[in-house]
Amino acid sequence: MHPSVAVEQPASAPTWTGDAAVVTEGLTKRYGSRAAVDGLSLTVRPGEVFGFLGPNGAGKTTTLRMLTGLVRPTSGSAWVLGRTAGESVAGIGALIEGPGFYPYLSGRDNLRVLAKYAGTPHRRIAQVLATVDLMDRADDRYGTYSLGMKQRLGVAAALLKQPELVVLDEPTNGLDPAGITDMRALLRRLAAEGCTVVLSSHLLAEVEQVCDRVAVVSHGRLIVQGTVGDLVGLGRLVIEAEPLADAVAVTGGLLGAERVSVVDGKLHVQAGPESAAQINRALVRSEIDVTGLRQEVRTLEEVFLQMTGPQPTGDDPPQGDPPGRSRRRFGRRVLPR
Amino acid sequence: MSAELVKLLRRPATWVLLGLWPSVQLIFSLLIPYVSYRRGASYEGSPPEALLAGVLPDRLVQNALSGLPLFGGALVLTLGALLAGSEYGWGTLKTLLVQGPRRLTVLAGQLLALLVVLAGTVVVSFLLTALASWVIAAGESAAFDWPTPGDLVRGFAAGLLIAGTWGAMGMFLGTALRGTALPIGLGLVWILAIESLVVNVAAPLLSLFDAGQALLPGVNAGSLVAALAGPDAVLRTPGVAAIVGGTQAAWALAGFLVLFGALTGLLLVRRDVT
Repeated sequence: MHPSVAVEQPASAPTWTGDAAVVTEGLTKRYGSRAAVDGLSLTVRPGEVFGFLGPNGAGKTTTLRMLTGLVRPTSGSAWVLGRTAGESVAGIGALIEGPGFYPYLSGRDNLRVLAKYAGTPHRRIAQVLATVDLMDRADDRYGTYSLGMKQRLGVAAALLKQPELVVLDEPTNGLDPAGITDMRALLRRLAAEGCTVVLSSHLLAEVEQVCDRVAVVSHGRLIVQGTVGDLVGLGRLVIEAEPLADAVAVTGGLLGAERVSVVDGKLHVQAGPESAAQINRALVRSEIDVTGLRQEVRTLEEVFLQMTGPQPTGDDPPQGDPPGRSRRRFGRRVLPR
Repeated sequence: MSAELVKLLRRPATWVLLGLWPSVQLIFSLLIPYVSYRRGASYEGSPPEALLAGVLPDRLVQNALSGLPLFGGALVLTLGALLAGSEYGWGTLKTLLVQGPRRLTVLAGQLLALLVVLAGTVVVSFLLTALASWVIAAGESAAFDWPTPGDLVRGFAAGLLIAGTWGAMGMFLGTALRGTALPIGLGLVWILAIESLVVNVAAPLLSLFDAGQALLPGVNAGSLVAALAGPDAVLRTPGVAAIVGGTQAAWALAGFLVLFGALTGLLLVRRDVT
């Protein structure tokens, strides 16, 4: 069951506006009767770190392959850096589904081969190796690298051309905690330098910390896209009060009945921390005993699991509202942005 | 092409395979016949005097290329399959393509690099064979009648054409099957078994195969080497037989080279890289 979440509500289906780094419109990829990606429409803004989330088999990697020209869409459109996807590879750096290098060549020689293909000066090789902290093993054969080193070399290859857009598919895979921290800092630094980053990840905590906006896909379809804050919502207040029925009435009258519910004998109110004092005063003035009041903030993981849970049979998952309609979030009507 | 040359030359398999071909050829084309001559024994029906005549410098072109239609071709096909198929197995094709080159640019670079390396190997084969023949002729006080420059050029071109065709076939199989093991296996079965069965078993029995064998790449490769050896040459090496004329064989091989390259390009361009 997918909650109504206030997210970006485009007035119409995304189209190339000239100021987006990536736009997909109805992007679809079918393998036989199976739709790996089904009508995906999303937008990535220049300079942002965009998170691409979804369970295994959701279509994330297939989408990234289409954006980088490795896979042809069955239907729909994708524009990358102002050109049809696949035509603009020059401005893109990518690490798709794990690093792939020649095991008999050293890390440095692998990058040399790629630099020749990319037309990149060889001095850039040392720079990217230093960026991913691989200089001390650069001259060892790639076949001797650990998983983390291979992953870092993959990121180095993605940065080789000083791209405008970096597409990273699970970049922290195999990295130790220090490496993950370094990767997080690198992503932020890239964005600060004006680079757009599209990041596919299962590490929701990392996405929550790094990404400006995210898109959640499941079964090949876009579930929602928006800022992390939009997705997790304001959170809720959990209030223990007696008599409970009176507390429901008072709170509902204050904020609206649709935002109030009773769960396990406690009052759940869809509201932020700024409303706690107001609710508490109202309850006390109504001679209702407040025995507990705390805020619960939903994590991105909770939202993600809730959104990508089992699909109801026969229903299409929501892909964002039709233009002009408002949505309800936790019982409160939210106008389109 | 320079990137592909680096990859090819730094790969240990390249040196193993291309080192085996001239070495094995030297052994079977020169060393074994000469040892038989020295022992006064005949070899494959040839008397000792004929064996000596067959390893002298005037037979340089034949001896440098005689292994290429069969076992040399098997080694070169293996290299072509490794060159193309490994890109899928290691996932390096996607790494290359996201750097920006067009797919046909990658293929052209691979083919050209392969031809450059094969050209070098043909030259090495000629040099080694020439050295061995010179040593034998000097030791036996025999005539030093070297082939003409024109014969050497034709021999080099034929060797490159034969090797390039087998290499391109290997690349086609590696690309078509997106791997290495199965393409190598199928290619070896084709070269070492299928074509031999067609030529030695089916063709003598059925006119369809008798006519059809002229379309086989291995038959044309062997016919080209036979044509270069001349009408008086004793053809002892398996796979070398004048089944079709030399000119026809050269055109057929060129056609196969173009065909395998075109099919490989078509697959590379049309298929998704997953």
